[in-house]
Amino acid sequence: MTAATGAPGAPEVQATRGMLPAAKPRSMFRRGLEVFLENKLAIVGVVILVSIFAFCYLGPLFYNTDQVHVDLANENLPPVPGHPLGTDQNGYDVLGRLMVGGQISLEVGLAAAVLATVVGTLWGAVAGYFGGITDAIMMRLVDALLAIPTLFLALVVVSMFPPTETELILVIALTSWLTTSRLIRGEALSLRVRDYVQAMRVMGGGSARAVFRHIAPNAIGTIIVNATFQVADAILLIVALSYLGLGIRPPQTDWGGMLNAGINSVYDGYWWQIFPAGIAIILVVIAINFIGDALRDAFEVRLQRR
Amino acid sequence: MIGFLLRRILQAAIVVLLVTMFTFILLRAIPGNVAVAILGPSAYRNPAALAQFNAQYGFDKPWFSQYLLWLGHLLQGNLGFSWTLDQSVASLLANRLPKTIILVGSSTIIALLIAVPVGLWQAVRRNKEVDYIFTSLSFLFYAAPTFFVGEVLILVFSVKLGWFGPEAAQGGTWNDLTDWRDMVLPVTTLALVSIALFSRYMRSSVLDNITEDYVRTARAKGASGKRVLWRHVMRNSLIPIATLLGLSIPGIISGALITESVFNYPGMGLLFYQSAQKQDYPVLLGFIIVVAIATVVGSLLADIAYAVLDPRVRYA
Repeated sequence: MTAATGAPGAPEVQATRGMLPAAKPRSMFRRGLEVFLENKLAIVGVVILVSIFAFCYLGPLFYNTDQVHVDLANENLPPVPGHPLGTDQNGYDVLGRLMVGGQISLEVGLAAAVLATVVGTLWGAVAGYFGGITDAIMMRLVDALLAIPTLFLALVVVSMFPPTETELILVIALTSWLTTSRLIRGEALSLRVRDYVQAMRVMGGGSARAVFRHIAPNAIGTIIVNATFQVADAILLIVALSYLGLGIRPPQTDWGGMLNAGINSVYDGYWWQIFPAGIAIILVVIAINFIGDALRDAFEVRLQRR
Repeated sequence: MIGFLLRRILQAAIVVLLVTMFTFILLRAIPGNVAVAILGPSAYRNPAALAQFNAQYGFDKPWFSQYLLWLGHLLQGNLGFSWTLDQSVASLLANRLPKTIILVGSSTIIALLIAVPVGLWQAVRRNKEVDYIFTSLSFLFYAAPTFFVGEVLILVFSVKLGWFGPEAAQGGTWNDLTDWRDMVLPVTTLALVSIALFSRYMRSSVLDNITEDYVRTARAKGASGKRVLWRHVMRNSLIPIATLLGLSIPGIISGALITESVFNYPGMGLLFYQSAQKQDYPVLLGFIIVVAIATVVGSLLADIAYAVLDPRVRYA
């Protein structure tokens, strides 16, 4: 199998290299990188995101708090020297909770986005590559699922059994791969008739090779840009589920859970129980959107140069 | 055009049918005993009552016959019966749907009235201060969770300033008009997110159009800048907005679910949320079907609007 399919691939690479000046692929990448780095908002986005990751994962090493045992003697404290951001209604330190909660929000967001992107890419690439009746059936199924707003689908599934972190990732991924699959199907429809795919088929390459080696890699720009926005959407979806009381179970929490808990006492003026988590969510989502926009510009430059 | 319409409508019908099948399978596959949920945990001690309940509502039949039974009722306009609220689903939806339409409709209209001029202004003053200010604002509201926006609005305008009520109007449909003071915050919450989305699309749409040849032609023929902007650029830039409007229905309805929960507004979203907690299947199914039809019709209208508004688009 490897020998049979490996042989047609190799001359193709050779041929491509022979036709283009040797430095060109690298310069396209570099040009894309330059466009990305020229974008000031993208740099701001990267800086915000890196800082928040450092805050959530390195922060607990320097700022150690008990986030498991309820401490009712110290509930609802305003910001004081021992608790820079005060405590919540269970006596948890808000600054420390922001760190551990952030870990869950970021992990679930990233993992769900990656999973949704993989499933969506494969589904869309297969549908677009085969076309005809396969495409019609696969895409009508996507249309049907898309007709149900993600939040409702996730809400129904999650309300039936309280989720762990892994289950939350699965639920969010399984309800958000649909838009990705639509985008990739569009790409696959135009990519499958390209000469290099046709040539590979004539030389005896199989469908699997076409999808995995040619269609998916050539749609990489669309895939990466879409995956970036998926992370932001996933984080907002967990927040919404947590707000509806259907997120991670205590004593674990995420930023949405912190907001949900804080809202009950916000009328008492305990502003420190909602603003830190709310601002953290907004910062992360804005940063991801900045990066996604810049990536789209960078990949568009690469496509223009082709 | 007729052929395209028929094909699109047939596709839409297939999609709606798939939605009913999918939601039914999903809801029936999920663990949990409906009879116990309705009759209470003590029903385990009374197998006869459980059996009677299951026979009465058809739960002893295989799921596929249950689905066909339910689908048959649906075609007669019977969406089933809510056990927890002791009402037919159709009458529940008839009560709640107008409330949600008022909330969603008024906030969408307000959002359009604000977002279209703002997007146009941003595009004309591209990379100037105005553009930066509104771009930052739209990023902010796009990134903020809907309920966070709602809670902050309550905190500022209701708790601190006391201008508007913290809870939405509770009475019948007409109360929304008489209690408009209570409706300001929910409508604003939902509108802010839509404004952020619409104005960004409007801005890029105007930027695409402003460099087109017909703009230069109109200028060359002596049309004033204002006339070109409002007559030519504006009208062509609205085409993607019409499509966006049709496609953003699921997003707006999701926003309505959260907004209704924040302000305790008795619309469809709140009903869905409460029913999901009580595992009230008939209500969930009825609700999903209404939303799915709205979504499918929305994207159908978006396609048609695109074909009608843009003479360059021709469907074979």
